[in-house]
Amino acid sequence: MFEIVSKMRQSPKLRTHAPSDVPASVRPSFDDVLADVILNDWVNAEYKRIRFAAPHPTSSAQAGQFFNIECPATGEDQPYLRRPMSTYLADPEVGELEFLYKVTGAGTRGLATLRPGMQTRLLGPLGNGFVLQPEWRNIVVLGRGVGLATLAPLAELAAARGVGVTALISARGREQVLSLDRFEAIDARTEVVLDSDGTSGVEAVEARLRGYWQEGRADAFFTCGSNRLMLVMQMLARELSIPGQVAMEQQMACGLGMCFCCVRNFSVGGETISRRVCWDGPVFDLSEAVSW
Amino acid sequence: MVDMTVHVGGLTLANPVMPASGTFAEGLAGVIDYNRLGAMVTKTITAELRSGNPVPRVAELGNGLLNSIGIPSKGIDHFLTETLPFYRQFESPLVVSISAPTVEDFAKAAARLDQPGIAAIEANISCPNIEENGRAFAMAPGSTARAVEALRSATRLPLWVKLTPNTGDVAAVALAAEAAGADALVVANTILAMSIDIETFRPRLGNIMGGMSGPAVKPIVVRMTYQCAQAVRIPVIGCGGISNADDAVEYMLAGASAVQVGTATFVRPHALTEVIDGLAAYCRRKGFDRAAALTGAISDGELRVDEMEVAP
Repeated sequence: MFEIVSKMRQSPKLRTHAPSDVPASVRPSFDDVLADVILNDWVNAEYKRIRFAAPHPTSSAQAGQFFNIECPATGEDQPYLRRPMSTYLADPEVGELEFLYKVTGAGTRGLATLRPGMQTRLLGPLGNGFVLQPEWRNIVVLGRGVGLATLAPLAELAAARGVGVTALISARGREQVLSLDRFEAIDARTEVVLDSDGTSGVEAVEARLRGYWQEGRADAFFTCGSNRLMLVMQMLARELSIPGQVAMEQQMACGLGMCFCCVRNFSVGGETISRRVCWDGPVFDLSEAVSW
Repeated sequence: MVDMTVHVGGLTLANPVMPASGTFAEGLAGVIDYNRLGAMVTKTITAELRSGNPVPRVAELGNGLLNSIGIPSKGIDHFLTETLPFYRQFESPLVVSISAPTVEDFAKAAARLDQPGIAAIEANISCPNIEENGRAFAMAPGSTARAVEALRSATRLPLWVKLTPNTGDVAAVALAAEAAGADALVVANTILAMSIDIETFRPRLGNIMGGMSGPAVKPIVVRMTYQCAQAVRIPVIGCGGISNADDAVEYMLAGASAVQVGTATFVRPHALTEVIDGLAAYCRRKGFDRAAALTGAISDGELRVDEMEVAP
């Protein structure tokens, strides 16, 4: 089965957009597996963190890749579709996977009811993750909300390769600052801007990003979790010729590029084109992103 | 060993299970072995480039799905040069789903598909016919007959015709397709439906209305499969809410020679192969040595449909 995928992914004709620094032939395969819940704890009033004992090949997920997760029905909710969630932590050594999610609708309310020892199905790892070019010595990650969950593994990957990380974290208030420990653990220079103290405005964020660039800490930009922040970063990336990547979200059904429901528009050479977030992304070139 | 082979509309399939158009593409090959499938069925392609409908394109229902994807298509040339080579690496027969806005365009599209690696055509005639004010071809026997006649004269490939459930008399449409030269019928496409978010007052689809699929529609389409199979001599392929082998058996008992699994693949990517395995296990348990023997095996001999109950 996995041979077939390798063949498919080796053929450049069949994959028009595959931003990965990993050769297609050695990309990890994916599957739909039954995984045991290890923990499912609240991290603040809105977010939970769920950890699975995840069989091969799911725990080999790369930063930016996602899973399509079966969410159990409850007395109130019958989530028919799965829910796509980006990888918060993937540890192939111990075979574990973690996701950070906001409990907000039928799917995540169902997921929130899972207790250690229970099982659910995970399809993945899916999509194209972040790419770190070897010439980048310092990167900037800018995130908000659950977007920080997507950026944390990227920051760790960068740190493991000796790349300096500056993390700019945006949140409503102190309570909503997520993943700070993950960024601090890799000695990322971490700054927090908040709606509650008026530091998270567009101009303030732009000034900080510009400052990072002036200090030589912005060989590349990465963002996830906010359209407003993406637009700031995109504008500055254009002005300063900084390469960038954005991880996008969109409502999905299959997660495998089959149903064409998760499309978004992109601007490529002045032309608007439609791409599937699940199959062509979820990580895209920042310069081609269009406001959502 | 159960003999799983079935004969469907000019093809011999290794088993009666195949994907429904629009729920299958290259990506699933990472999860299931395409050589195990009775057939492979492509997403509908059109001659013209189409971008599809505005998002949201799907809405979740309690036990099913509403969609208005809108047949995004990169055209037949793109399919032949970029997509077809991928499917040629598998042994399972490839059925190419096509659609067109006019009878003439249907014929032109079909004529281009007589290519190595294409085993049959599935004509998706549930799309709007611009020559009849956008009414779907398959809504009426007359427009169905004209489209199928044109397709029949344009191709030597086995011709499967996918019917719409959005018609008052599906058996009459089935008969018209058969008379015009269809080799098999696929019953059916999605059921026109609508859902509104009561918090925001917004339609839950960008296109306002869309097609309903999934377990919730199964009894409706089982009924249509039964009606069509009673009416025609050509094979009927059942398609509507099949999630497991029990559902597939039910369709075959109603008269289907084969089945298509669609929406279930979105929630259970292994659904197709699970249905194949489960169907073989069912045949063993019930003492059938051929899966084909299930077709039309419903035990309804002494029963009659009460016309008063079912009159439209």
